[in-house]
Amino acid sequence: MEERKEMITADKLAYNYIKYDEEGREKEKIRAVDGVSFEVEKGDFVAILGHNGSGKSTLAKHINALLTPSEGTLWVNGMDTSDENNLWDVRQSAGMVFQNPDNQIIGTIVEEDVGFGPENMGVPTKEIWERVEESLKAVNMLKYRHHSPNKLSGGQKQRVAIAGVVAMHPKCIVLDEPTAMLDPNGRKEVIRAVRALNQVEDITVILITHYMEEVIYANKVLVMDDGKVVMQGTPREIFSQVETLKSYRLDVPQATLLAWELKKAGLDLPDGILTREELVEALCRLY
Amino acid sequence: MSIVLENVCYTYSPGTAYEIHALKNINLEIRDGQFIGLIGHTGSGKSTLVQHLNGLVKATSGRICFNGEDIYAQNYDMRRLRGKVGLVFQYPEHQLFEVDVLSDVCFGPKNQGLSQEEAKKRAREALRMVGISEEYEKQSPFELSGGQKRRVAIAGVLAMEPEVLILDEPTAGLDPRGRDEILDQISLLHKERGITVILVSHSMEDVAKYVERIIVMNQGEVMYDDVPREVFRHYKELERVGLAAPQVTYIMHTLKEKGFDVDEDATTIEEAKETILEAFRKKGSKT
Ligand SMILES: Nc1ncnc2c1ncn2[C@@H]1O[C@H](COP(=O)(O)OP(=O)(O)OP(=O)(O)O)[C@@H](O)[C@H]1O
Ligand SMILES: Nc1ncnc2c1ncn2[C@@H]1O[C@H](COP(=O)(O)OP(=O)(O)OP(=O)(O)O)[C@@H](O)[C@H]1O
Ligand SMILES: [Mg+2]
Ligand SMILES: [Mg+2]
Repeated sequence: MEERKEMITADKLAYNYIKYDEEGREKEKIRAVDGVSFEVEKGDFVAILGHNGSGKSTLAKHINALLTPSEGTLWVNGMDTSDENNLWDVRQSAGMVFQNPDNQIIGTIVEEDVGFGPENMGVPTKEIWERVEESLKAVNMLKYRHHSPNKLSGGQKQRVAIAGVVAMHPKCIVLDEPTAMLDPNGRKEVIRAVRALNQVEDITVILITHYMEEVIYANKVLVMDDGKVVMQGTPREIFSQVETLKSYRLDVPQATLLAWELKKAGLDLPDGILTREELVEALCRLY
Repeated sequence: MSIVLENVCYTYSPGTAYEIHALKNINLEIRDGQFIGLIGHTGSGKSTLVQHLNGLVKATSGRICFNGEDIYAQNYDMRRLRGKVGLVFQYPEHQLFEVDVLSDVCFGPKNQGLSQEEAKKRAREALRMVGISEEYEKQSPFELSGGQKRRVAIAGVLAMEPEVLILDEPTAGLDPRGRDEILDQISLLHKERGITVILVSHSMEDVAKYVERIIVMNQGEVMYDDVPREVFRHYKELERVGLAAPQVTYIMHTLKEKGFDVDEDATTIEEAKETILEAFRKKGSKT
């Protein structure tokens, strides 16, 4: 049997949050995801951008079957997430890191918390400890292994939450704004860890973020607007369209923004500059 | 008129194995009408420090005076202090609890003794300022997206019209346009009403763009306290404590090394653009 290439396939996926009145009648319907189709291949690093309320988290919750489509279909590793028989396998395949670490940390000691997932999966005890150690190391939290997670600051908790998912060795990790609460160094470390998981372990990564600098490492970007996917492409393709992105309430990396401003002011710079190094190089050629 | 901290220390779980000295001998003066940025690695004590300023957390030792009065004095009116010093929590979930968005934002002003009508007026104005439209007024705050929750939490504090506004990571989770809109709005309040603002942030770019003074925390101590240009000049030391300079500062330093005649301390896109264009002009007029 040939191994399939796609990790995630969405076909006209839609999701409605429905509210009912006292008599149980449908009162209101919010169409949070509005008929999206896309494909994520194994080994991809996909970034999802979009304004507040555009449907990113709702979409993400479909990938580990916390929500199932109101319309359309979502396949994860070939499994239809609407089929209840697939629930366990879908959740095994796709790990999730949420926006707020408070809601996902359960253990009373950091290492217990990280070991909880593998333990639940029936991983042998000795291997659990190896996984705990390697995951905590990956997010630079090993020295807090005996601390209580409740007593960590926001950024420290977030790294523990990521370690907890990494320890389950999923095929795919969905991270919903994992760096929102981290300091610049913590952001760098987490993104570095996520990239290593993607490149070394070949784990498929889906990263939702409002930090444009984090997107440049992705090989594919999806832009959402009001529940729809309105742009798809490589970071360079997406970030070349500064004005379109701004119209979707988004932004571009700082180096791209500075290049764009300089270009508007008359400097002959190329489109699609993404990094500081690229900007410096382009300026040196002109100087 | 000011907030003065003298030798403030705070210890979590004193006398236990998990004792943490979160604040060590803090001495600061927050003068009226300043716009201050508070930065520091995760766990450096920022949230602990700001919770002292409205009396939510009581110093283990040391003294805090608000407008010359010791807030730990016996008859000091803490409730009034909380009306004057408004704090937006790092995690909006810790602040949202009412049945719908409008009641939630009305809670503060009503608590201050305003009539239902007056409170509603304040609440609607605050919601407008943070970009939450009327259609959300009756929605439960728990059924909002991450960024929408944060906006509502900010509105709840703005509606109290505090003299000192403290925002703990207010832009974490906001889309880029939302981030700019809210910080512009706060900057306007600062200019028009002369309120004091303390912005806790992990975004060096936001801090560079908006504040006039930066306080840097490291391991529970104040490491630097100066204007942004001076603080970011220490970017190598900042990196050693988990922080960084704004992206453009790095670009400017590299350009300088490559022989560009630029101001290497530029910290914002606007400043960087000006100094780069100026360098090209100077060069053009020489050759
Ligand atoms: N539990 C819920 N019940 C009802 N409506 C909801 C619920 N959660 C989200 N919504 C609504 O669905 C829409 C999409 O929300 P979602 O959380 O998916 O957005 P998002 O793109 O993740 O936003 P953010 O960037 O702010 O995290 C929004 O209009 C939101 O108000
Ligand atoms: N409730 C608590 N109980 C015990 N220790 C705590 C508690 N809250 C914070 N701490 C500890 O106190 C120190 C300072 O934490 P604080 O939350 O003030 O940091 P911070 O600078 O706000 O961090 P972040 O950027 O992650 O929000 C950290 O070492 C943290 O682990
Ligand atoms: Mg979200
Ligand atoms: Mg904090």
